[in-house]
Amino acid sequence: MRIVLHIWRQKNGRSSGKMVRYELPDINSHMSFLEMLDVLNERLIEKGEDPVAFDHDCREGICGMCGFVINGTAHGPVRGTTVCQLHMRHFQDGEELYLEPWRAKAFPVIKDLMVDRGAFDRIIAAGGYVSVSTGSAPDGNAIPIPKDNAELSMDAAACIACGACVAACPNASAALFTAAKISHLALLPQGEPERHQRSLRMVAQANTEGFGACSNVGECEAVCPKKITLENIARMFRDYIGASWTRRPAGASRG
Amino acid sequence: MASTFQRTLRFYEATIGKKALIAVTGAILVLYVVGHMIGNLQIYLGREALNAYAHKLHDLGPLLWLVRGFLLLAVVVHIVASIQLWLMNRAARPSRYVRQSWVKATFASRTMIVTGPILAAFIVYHVLHLTVGRFHPGFNHELDVYHNVVAGFRNVPTSVAYIVAMALLGYHVSHGAWSMFQSAGLHHPRYMPIVQKAAVALAIALFVGNISIPISILAGFIR
Repeated sequence: MRIVLHIWRQKNGRSSGKMVRYELPDINSHMSFLEMLDVLNERLIEKGEDPVAFDHDCREGICGMCGFVINGTAHGPVRGTTVCQLHMRHFQDGEELYLEPWRAKAFPVIKDLMVDRGAFDRIIAAGGYVSVSTGSAPDGNAIPIPKDNAELSMDAAACIACGACVAACPNASAALFTAAKISHLALLPQGEPERHQRSLRMVAQANTEGFGACSNVGECEAVCPKKITLENIARMFRDYIGASWTRRPAGASRG
Repeated sequence: MASTFQRTLRFYEATIGKKALIAVTGAILVLYVVGHMIGNLQIYLGREALNAYAHKLHDLGPLLWLVRGFLLLAVVVHIVASIQLWLMNRAARPSRYVRQSWVKATFASRTMIVTGPILAAFIVYHVLHLTVGRFHPGFNHELDVYHNVVAGFRNVPTSVAYIVAMALLGYHVSHGAWSMFQSAGLHHPRYMPIVQKAAVALAIALFVGNISIPISILAGFIR
Protein backbone atom coordinates (compact mmCIF):
# COMPACT_ATOMS: atom_id res chain seq x y z
CA MET A 1 0.00 0.00 0.00
CA ARG A 2 1.02 3.62 -0.64
CA ILE A 3 1.36 5.99 2.33
CA VAL A 4 2.15 9.71 2.27
CA LEU A 5 3.71 11.03 5.46
CA HIS A 6 4.05 14.60 6.69
CA ILE A 7 6.49 14.41 9.58
CA TRP A 8 7.54 17.11 12.04
CA ARG A 9 11.30 17.52 11.57
CA GLN A 10 13.13 19.48 14.24
CA LYS A 11 16.90 19.31 14.57
CA ASN A 12 17.01 19.96 18.35
CA GLY A 13 15.28 21.76 21.21
CA ARG A 14 16.55 25.17 20.15
CA SER A 15 15.71 25.08 16.46
CA SER A 16 12.23 25.57 15.04
CA GLY A 17 10.67 22.63 13.23
CA LYS A 18 8.59 22.16 10.11
CA MET A 19 6.52 19.46 8.42
CA VAL A 20 8.36 17.47 5.72
CA ARG A 21 6.63 15.25 3.14
CA TYR A 22 7.75 11.65 2.51
CA GLU A 23 6.21 9.11 0.19
CA LEU A 24 6.30 5.34 0.73
CA PRO A 25 4.87 3.50 -2.28
CA ASP A 26 5.24 -0.11 -1.10
CA ILE A 27 4.18 -0.58 2.53
CA ASN A 28 3.05 -4.01 3.73
CA SER A 29 -0.28 -3.71 5.53
CA HIS A 30 0.89 -6.19 8.21
CA MET A 31 3.64 -3.83 9.34
CA SER A 32 3.26 -1.97 12.60
CA PHE A 33 3.39 1.82 12.41
CA LEU A 34 6.92 1.82 13.80
CA GLU A 35 8.09 -0.83 11.32
CA MET A 36 6.79 1.42 8.57
CA LEU A 37 8.93 4.24 10.01
CA ASP A 38 11.90 1.83 10.18
CA VAL A 39 11.52 1.28 6.42
CA LEU A 40 11.43 5.03 5.87
CA ASN A 41 14.53 5.53 8.02
CA GLU A 42 16.51 2.80 6.19
CA ARG A 43 15.81 4.56 2.91
CA LEU A 44 16.72 7.96 4.37
CA ILE A 45 20.02 6.53 5.65
CA GLU A 46 20.74 4.96 2.21
CA LYS A 47 20.21 8.36 0.63
CA GLY A 48 22.54 9.92 3.23
CA GLU A 49 19.72 11.88 4.90
CA ASP A 50 19.02 12.27 8.60
CA PRO A 51 16.62 9.53 9.80
CA VAL A 52 13.44 10.46 11.71
CA ALA A 53 14.00 10.26 15.48
CA PHE A 54 11.19 8.63 17.47
CA ASP A 55 11.05 6.95 20.87
CA HIS A 56 10.38 3.23 21.15
CA ASP A 57 11.50 0.27 23.21
CA CYS A 58 9.45 -2.91 23.82
CA ARG A 59 7.15 -2.58 20.78
CA GLU A 60 4.63 -4.69 22.71
CA GLY A 61 2.48 -1.82 23.95
CA ILE A 62 3.58 -2.11 27.58
CA CYS A 63 6.66 0.03 28.13
CA GLY A 64 5.32 3.53 27.45
CA MET A 65 8.29 4.75 25.41
CA CYS A 66 6.65 5.18 22.01
CA GLY A 67 4.00 7.66 21.03
CA PHE A 68 3.35 10.59 18.74
CA VAL A 69 0.33 12.30 17.26
CA ILE A 70 -1.15 10.92 14.03
CA ASN A 71 -3.60 13.22 12.22
CA GLY A 72 -4.31 15.11 15.43
CA THR A 73 -4.90 12.04 17.61
CA ALA A 74 -2.35 10.73 20.13
CA HIS A 75 -1.32 7.14 19.27
CA GLY A 76 -3.47 7.29 16.12
CA PRO A 77 -7.02 6.27 15.27
CA VAL A 78 -7.33 2.91 17.12
CA ARG A 79 -8.54 3.16 20.73
CA GLY A 80 -6.67 1.54 23.61
CA THR A 81 -3.40 1.04 21.76
CA THR A 82 0.07 2.54 21.46
CA VAL A 83 1.62 3.40 18.06
CA CYS A 84 3.85 0.30 18.20
CA GLN A 85 0.74 -1.90 18.34
CA LEU A 86 -1.02 0.07 15.62
CA HIS A 87 -0.88 -1.68 12.26
CA MET A 88 -0.91 -0.25 8.75
CA ARG A 89 -4.05 -2.24 7.86
CA HIS A 90 -6.04 0.36 9.82
CA PHE A 91 -5.18 2.93 7.15
CA GLN A 92 -6.37 3.39 3.58
CA ASP A 93 -4.16 2.93 0.54
CA GLY A 94 -2.83 6.35 -0.45
CA GLU A 95 -3.73 7.95 2.89
CA GLU A 96 -1.91 11.12 3.99
CA LEU A 97 -0.76 11.03 7.62
CA TYR A 98 0.50 13.96 9.69
CA LEU A 99 2.94 12.90 12.42
CA GLU A 100 3.74 15.37 15.21
CA PRO A 101 5.44 15.08 18.61
CA TRP A 102 3.52 15.47 21.91
CA ARG A 103 3.14 19.24 22.18
CA ALA A 104 3.41 20.68 25.69
CA LYS A 105 5.59 23.25 27.40
CA ALA A 106 6.51 20.59 29.97
CA PHE A 107 7.56 18.13 27.22
CA PRO A 108 10.30 19.95 25.26
CA VAL A 109 11.12 18.42 21.87
CA ILE A 110 14.52 16.69 21.83
CA LYS A 111 14.46 15.91 18.10
CA ASP A 112 11.72 15.27 15.52
CA LEU A 113 9.04 13.12 17.22
CA MET A 114 11.02 12.65 20.43
CA VAL A 115 10.16 14.63 23.55
CA ASP A 116 11.67 14.86 27.03
CA ARG A 117 9.18 13.39 29.53
CA GLY A 118 11.41 14.00 32.56
CA ALA A 119 8.58 16.07 34.04
CA PHE A 120 6.67 12.82 34.67
CA ASP A 121 9.65 11.38 36.57
CA ARG A 122 9.78 14.47 38.77
CA ILE A 123 6.02 14.15 39.54
CA ILE A 124 6.61 10.54 40.64
CA ALA A 125 9.67 11.57 42.67
CA ALA A 126 7.53 14.18 44.45
CA GLY A 127 5.29 11.54 46.05
CA GLY A 128 4.44 8.60 43.81
CA TYR A 129 5.81 5.98 46.18
CA VAL A 130 5.15 4.27 49.51
CA SER A 131 7.73 4.50 52.29
CA VAL A 132 8.10 0.94 53.52
CA SER A 133 10.64 -0.56 55.84
CA THR A 134 12.74 -3.10 54.00
CA GLY A 135 13.10 -6.65 55.24
CA SER A 136 11.76 -10.03 54.31
CA ALA A 137 8.76 -10.20 52.01
CA PRO A 138 5.47 -9.83 53.94
CA ASP A 139 3.10 -12.80 54.11
CA GLY A 140 0.57 -12.98 51.31
CA ASN A 141 -2.90 -11.76 52.39
CA ALA A 142 -1.50 -10.45 55.68
CA ILE A 143 -3.30 -7.20 54.92
CA PRO A 144 -6.89 -7.74 53.75
CA ILE A 145 -7.71 -5.73 50.61
CA PRO A 146 -11.25 -5.62 49.16
CA LYS A 147 -11.39 -7.22 45.71
CA ASP A 148 -12.91 -4.08 44.13
CA ASN A 149 -10.11 -1.88 45.44
CA ALA A 150 -7.46 -4.30 44.23
CA GLU A 151 -9.03 -4.24 40.75
CA LEU A 152 -9.43 -0.44 40.65
CA SER A 153 -5.86 -0.02 41.86
CA MET A 154 -4.60 -2.39 39.18
CA ASP A 155 -6.59 -0.51 36.51
CA ALA A 156 -4.88 2.74 37.56
CA ALA A 157 -1.49 1.02 37.79
CA ALA A 158 -1.82 0.03 34.13
CA CYS A 159 -0.69 3.59 33.26
CA ILE A 160 2.57 3.31 31.30
CA ALA A 161 3.33 7.06 31.51
CA CYS A 162 3.50 7.45 27.74
CA GLY A 163 2.23 11.04 27.88
CA ALA A 164 -0.65 10.67 25.40
CA CYS A 165 -3.04 12.25 27.95
CA VAL A 166 -0.92 15.42 28.01
CA ALA A 167 -0.64 15.41 24.22
CA ALA A 168 -4.39 15.04 23.69
CA CYS A 169 -5.48 17.54 26.35
CA PRO A 170 -6.34 20.99 24.92
CA ASN A 171 -4.64 22.39 28.04
CA ALA A 172 -1.63 20.02 28.03
CA SER A 173 -2.71 18.91 31.49
CA ALA A 174 -1.08 15.96 33.24
CA ALA A 175 -4.22 15.32 35.31
CA LEU A 176 -4.86 11.78 34.05
CA PHE A 177 -1.26 10.65 34.55
CA THR A 178 -0.97 12.23 38.01
CA ALA A 179 -4.40 10.88 38.99
CA ALA A 180 -3.50 7.33 37.90
CA LYS A 181 -0.28 7.42 39.89
CA ILE A 182 -2.07 8.83 42.95
CA SER A 183 -4.99 6.40 42.62
CA HIS A 184 -3.14 3.11 42.36
CA LEU A 185 -1.50 3.80 45.71
CA ALA A 186 -4.41 5.59 47.39
CA LEU A 187 -6.72 2.61 46.83
CA LEU A 188 -4.49 0.24 48.80
CA PRO A 189 -3.86 0.11 52.55
CA GLN A 190 -0.11 0.38 51.92
CA GLY A 191 -0.64 3.77 50.26
CA GLU A 192 -3.08 5.12 52.83
CA PRO A 193 -0.59 6.59 55.38
CA GLU A 194 0.89 9.02 52.83
CA ARG A 195 -2.31 9.62 50.88
CA HIS A 196 -2.77 13.31 51.72
CA GLN A 197 0.86 14.30 51.49
CA ARG A 198 1.18 12.44 48.19
CA SER A 199 -1.70 14.24 46.48
CA LEU A 200 -0.49 17.67 47.65
CA ARG A 201 3.10 17.11 46.52
CA MET A 202 2.40 15.45 43.18
CA VAL A 203 -0.23 18.02 42.16
CA ALA A 204 2.09 20.86 43.18
CA GLN A 205 4.91 19.32 41.13
CA ALA A 206 2.64 18.98 38.06
CA ASN A 207 1.81 22.69 38.36
CA THR A 208 5.49 23.58 38.75
CA GLU A 209 6.39 21.61 35.62
CA GLY A 210 4.06 23.84 33.58
CA PHE A 211 1.25 21.41 32.78
CA GLY A 212 -2.17 23.00 32.35
CA ALA A 213 -5.35 22.47 34.36
CA CYS A 214 -7.97 19.81 33.68
CA SER A 215 -11.17 21.14 32.11
CA ASN A 216 -13.02 17.82 32.04
CA VAL A 217 -13.21 17.51 28.24
CA GLY A 218 -12.29 13.81 28.47
CA GLU A 219 -9.92 13.72 25.50
CA CYS A 220 -7.19 12.07 27.66
CA GLU A 221 -9.44 9.16 28.60
CA ALA A 222 -10.33 8.69 24.92
CA VAL A 223 -6.73 8.34 23.69
CA CYS A 224 -5.22 6.53 26.69
CA PRO A 225 -3.71 3.23 25.46
CA LYS A 226 -4.48 1.71 28.88
CA LYS A 227 -8.01 3.22 29.07
CA ILE A 228 -7.42 4.99 32.39
CA THR A 229 -10.72 6.67 33.32
CA LEU A 230 -11.73 10.17 34.43
CA GLU A 231 -12.92 8.62 37.70
CA ASN A 232 -9.24 8.63 38.75
CA ILE A 233 -9.04 12.39 38.17
CA ALA A 234 -12.08 12.91 40.42
CA ARG A 235 -10.34 10.79 43.09
CA MET A 236 -7.27 13.02 42.82
CA PHE A 237 -9.45 16.15 43.17
CA ARG A 238 -11.16 14.62 46.21
CA ASP A 239 -7.86 13.73 47.86
CA TYR A 240 -6.32 17.09 47.06
CA ILE A 241 -9.32 19.13 48.28
CA GLY A 242 -9.52 17.03 51.45
CA ALA A 243 -5.78 17.27 52.07
CA SER A 244 -5.73 21.04 51.52
CA TRP A 245 -8.24 21.68 54.29
CA THR A 246 -7.50 18.98 56.82
CA ARG A 247 -3.75 18.35 56.66
CA ARG A 248 -1.94 19.06 59.92
CA PRO A 249 1.58 20.45 59.62
CA ALA A 250 4.41 18.46 61.15
CA GLY A 251 4.64 18.86 64.92
CA ALA A 252 1.04 20.03 65.32
CA SER A 253 -0.51 16.64 65.89
CA ARG A 254 -2.68 17.94 68.73
CA GLY A 255 -4.33 20.29 66.23
CA MET B 1 0.25 26.34 62.13
CA ALA B 2 -1.00 27.72 58.85
CA SER B 3 -3.92 30.07 59.36
CA THR B 4 -7.21 29.52 57.58
CA PHE B 5 -6.42 32.57 55.47
CA GLN B 6 -3.07 31.14 54.35
CA ARG B 7 -4.74 27.80 53.69
CA THR B 8 -7.39 29.49 51.52
CA LEU B 9 -4.74 31.39 49.58
CA ARG B 10 -2.68 28.27 48.99
CA PHE B 11 -5.80 26.36 47.94
CA TYR B 12 -6.72 29.09 45.47
CA GLU B 13 -3.20 29.17 44.07
CA ALA B 14 -3.46 25.54 42.90
CA THR B 15 -5.26 24.69 39.69
CA ILE B 16 -7.49 22.20 41.52
CA GLY B 17 -8.47 24.86 44.06
CA LYS B 18 -9.50 27.25 41.29
CA LYS B 19 -11.46 24.49 39.60
CA ALA B 20 -13.27 23.68 42.85
CA LEU B 21 -14.23 27.36 43.19
CA ILE B 22 -15.40 27.50 39.58
CA ALA B 23 -17.51 24.42 40.32
CA VAL B 24 -19.08 25.83 43.49
CA THR B 25 -19.81 29.26 41.98
CA GLY B 26 -21.08 27.54 38.83
CA ALA B 27 -23.49 25.49 40.94
CA ILE B 28 -24.76 28.68 42.61
CA LEU B 29 -25.26 30.35 39.22
CA VAL B 30 -27.01 27.33 37.67
CA LEU B 31 -29.42 27.16 40.64
CA TYR B 32 -30.07 30.88 40.26
CA VAL B 33 -30.69 30.57 36.51
CA VAL B 34 -33.21 27.77 37.12
CA GLY B 35 -35.01 29.80 39.79
CA HIS B 36 -34.96 32.90 37.56
CA MET B 37 -36.56 30.96 34.70
CA ILE B 38 -39.27 29.45 36.91
CA GLY B 39 -40.06 32.93 38.24
CA ASN B 40 -40.23 34.40 34.74
CA LEU B 41 -42.45 31.63 33.41
CA GLN B 42 -45.19 33.13 35.62
CA ILE B 43 -45.71 35.45 32.65
CA TYR B 44 -47.99 32.67 31.34
CA LEU B 45 -50.21 33.14 34.43
CA GLY B 46 -50.96 36.71 33.34
CA ARG B 47 -50.05 40.30 34.12
CA GLU B 48 -51.18 40.25 37.78
CA ALA B 49 -49.27 37.10 38.70
CA LEU B 50 -45.95 38.28 37.22
CA ASN B 51 -46.23 41.79 38.66
CA ALA B 52 -47.18 40.40 42.09
CA TYR B 53 -44.06 38.21 41.96
CA ALA B 54 -41.92 41.25 41.04
CA HIS B 55 -43.39 43.26 43.94
CA LYS B 56 -42.79 40.40 46.34
CA LEU B 57 -39.09 40.33 45.35
CA HIS B 58 -38.77 44.11 45.64
CA ASP B 59 -40.41 44.08 49.07
CA LEU B 60 -37.51 41.97 50.34
CA GLY B 61 -35.54 45.25 50.52
CA PRO B 62 -32.07 44.78 52.01
CA LEU B 63 -32.31 41.01 51.63
CA LEU B 64 -32.69 41.47 47.87
CA TRP B 65 -29.45 43.46 47.78
CA LEU B 66 -27.74 40.84 49.89
CA VAL B 67 -28.72 38.16 47.37
CA ARG B 68 -27.65 40.39 44.47
CA GLY B 69 -24.29 41.01 46.12
CA PHE B 70 -23.81 37.29 46.73
CA LEU B 71 -24.59 36.48 43.09
CA LEU B 72 -22.26 39.22 41.88
CA LEU B 73 -19.48 37.80 44.06
CA ALA B 74 -20.12 34.32 42.63
CA VAL B 75 -19.97 35.70 39.07
CA VAL B 76 -16.72 37.58 39.75
CA VAL B 77 -14.99 34.56 41.35
CA HIS B 78 -16.24 32.30 38.52
CA ILE B 79 -14.87 34.64 35.86
CA VAL B 80 -11.55 35.57 37.50
CA ALA B 81 -10.62 31.96 38.32
CA SER B 82 -11.64 30.80 34.83
CA ILE B 83 -9.56 33.45 33.08
CA GLN B 84 -6.53 32.70 35.26
CA LEU B 85 -6.80 29.00 34.44
CA TRP B 86 -7.28 29.77 30.76
CA LEU B 87 -4.07 31.82 30.69
CA MET B 88 -2.21 28.99 32.46
CA ASN B 89 -3.61 26.44 30.02
CA ARG B 90 -2.58 28.51 27.01
CA ALA B 91 0.94 28.79 28.38
CA ALA B 92 1.07 25.00 28.84
CA ARG B 93 0.67 24.44 25.07
CA PRO B 94 2.87 27.10 23.43
CA SER B 95 2.92 25.47 19.98
CA ARG B 96 -0.28 24.23 18.36
CA TYR B 97 -0.72 21.01 16.42
CA VAL B 98 -0.60 21.35 12.63
CA ARG B 99 -3.46 18.85 12.52
CA GLN B 100 -5.92 18.74 15.40
CA SER B 101 -8.82 16.34 15.73
CA TRP B 102 -11.08 15.49 18.67
CA VAL B 103 -12.10 11.99 19.67
CA LYS B 104 -14.49 12.70 22.51
CA ALA B 105 -14.33 16.37 23.52
CA THR B 106 -17.69 18.02 22.86
CA PHE B 107 -18.11 21.40 21.16
CA ALA B 108 -19.56 22.74 24.43
CA SER B 109 -16.59 21.57 26.54
CA ARG B 110 -14.03 23.17 24.22
CA THR B 111 -15.85 26.51 23.96
CA MET B 112 -16.53 27.29 27.65
CA ILE B 113 -14.03 30.16 27.45
CA VAL B 114 -15.92 31.57 24.43
CA THR B 115 -19.51 31.11 25.62
CA GLY B 116 -18.59 32.36 29.13
CA PRO B 117 -17.46 35.91 28.27
CA ILE B 118 -20.34 36.37 25.78
CA LEU B 119 -22.77 35.34 28.54
CA ALA B 120 -21.10 37.81 30.93
CA ALA B 121 -21.63 40.60 28.38
CA PHE B 122 -25.22 39.44 27.91
CA ILE B 123 -25.88 39.56 31.67
CA VAL B 124 -24.71 43.21 31.77
CA TYR B 125 -26.97 44.03 28.81
CA HIS B 126 -29.89 42.07 30.31
CA VAL B 127 -29.71 43.92 33.66
CA LEU B 128 -29.47 47.29 31.88
CA HIS B 129 -32.34 46.35 29.58
CA LEU B 130 -34.99 44.83 31.87
CA THR B 131 -33.92 45.96 35.36
CA VAL B 132 -32.50 49.46 34.82
CA GLY B 133 -34.49 50.23 31.67
CA ARG B 134 -31.71 51.34 29.32
CA PHE B 135 -31.99 50.57 25.57
CA HIS B 136 -35.72 50.16 26.26
CA PRO B 137 -37.85 53.05 24.91
CA GLY B 138 -41.16 51.94 26.47
CA PHE B 139 -39.77 51.13 29.94
CA ASN B 140 -42.20 51.60 32.83
CA HIS B 141 -40.38 52.46 36.06
CA GLU B 142 -43.46 51.74 38.23
CA LEU B 143 -42.51 48.05 38.34
CA ASP B 144 -44.94 46.97 35.61
CA VAL B 145 -42.65 44.06 34.74
CA TYR B 146 -45.21 42.41 32.49
CA HIS B 147 -45.42 45.51 30.31
CA ASN B 148 -41.63 45.91 30.21
CA VAL B 149 -41.06 42.33 29.12
CA VAL B 150 -43.77 42.38 26.44
CA ALA B 151 -42.76 45.80 25.07
CA GLY B 152 -39.07 44.88 25.17
CA PHE B 153 -39.44 41.60 23.28
CA ARG B 154 -41.74 43.07 20.59
CA ASN B 155 -38.48 44.46 19.23
CA VAL B 156 -37.24 41.67 16.91
CA PRO B 157 -33.45 42.32 17.17
CA THR B 158 -33.74 42.35 20.98
CA SER B 159 -35.58 39.02 20.99
CA VAL B 160 -33.04 37.50 18.59
CA ALA B 161 -30.19 38.64 20.84
CA TYR B 162 -31.87 36.99 23.84
CA ILE B 163 -32.49 33.75 21.93
CA VAL B 164 -28.86 33.56 20.78
CA ALA B 165 -27.68 34.22 24.33
CA MET B 166 -29.92 31.42 25.62
CA ALA B 167 -28.45 29.00 23.06
CA LEU B 168 -24.98 29.87 24.39
CA LEU B 169 -26.25 29.43 27.95
CA GLY B 170 -27.50 25.97 26.96
CA TYR B 171 -24.06 25.00 25.64
CA HIS B 172 -22.31 26.40 28.70
CA VAL B 173 -24.63 24.56 31.12
CA SER B 174 -24.56 21.28 29.16
CA HIS B 175 -20.86 20.95 30.03
CA GLY B 176 -20.74 22.96 33.25
CA ALA B 177 -23.62 21.24 35.04
CA TRP B 178 -21.86 17.84 35.05
CA SER B 179 -18.31 19.20 35.04
CA MET B 180 -18.92 20.82 38.44
CA PHE B 181 -19.40 17.39 40.03
CA GLN B 182 -16.18 16.07 38.49
CA SER B 183 -14.23 19.16 39.61
CA ALA B 184 -15.51 18.74 43.15
CA GLY B 185 -14.26 15.13 43.06
CA LEU B 186 -17.72 13.56 42.79
CA HIS B 187 -17.61 10.81 40.20
CA HIS B 188 -19.01 7.32 40.34
CA PRO B 189 -19.42 5.17 37.22
CA ARG B 190 -22.96 4.32 38.29
CA TYR B 191 -24.13 7.92 38.57
CA MET B 192 -21.88 9.91 36.20
CA PRO B 193 -23.68 8.90 32.98
CA ILE B 194 -26.98 9.96 34.59
CA VAL B 195 -25.47 13.26 35.75
CA GLN B 196 -24.15 13.91 32.22
CA LYS B 197 -27.53 13.23 30.63
CA ALA B 198 -29.25 15.36 33.29
CA ALA B 199 -26.89 18.25 32.47
CA VAL B 200 -27.90 18.12 28.80
CA ALA B 201 -31.59 17.84 29.76
CA LEU B 202 -31.22 20.85 32.06
CA ALA B 203 -29.49 22.83 29.29
CA ILE B 204 -32.31 22.06 26.85
CA ALA B 205 -34.97 22.89 29.47
CA LEU B 206 -33.29 26.26 30.17
CA PHE B 207 -33.05 27.03 26.46
CA VAL B 208 -36.65 26.05 25.59
CA GLY B 209 -38.18 27.57 28.73
CA ASN B 210 -36.43 30.91 28.36
CA ILE B 211 -36.82 31.41 24.62
CA SER B 212 -40.52 30.48 24.82
CA ILE B 213 -41.11 33.94 26.32
CA PRO B 214 -39.78 36.14 23.47
CA ILE B 215 -41.21 33.70 20.90
CA SER B 216 -44.66 33.79 22.51
CA ILE B 217 -44.53 37.57 22.55
CA LEU B 218 -43.38 37.88 18.92
CA ALA B 219 -46.03 35.34 17.86
CA GLY B 220 -48.69 37.31 19.72
CA PHE B 221 -49.65 34.62 22.25
CA ILE B 222 -48.68 37.03 25.01
CA ARG B 223 -49.75 40.62 24.49
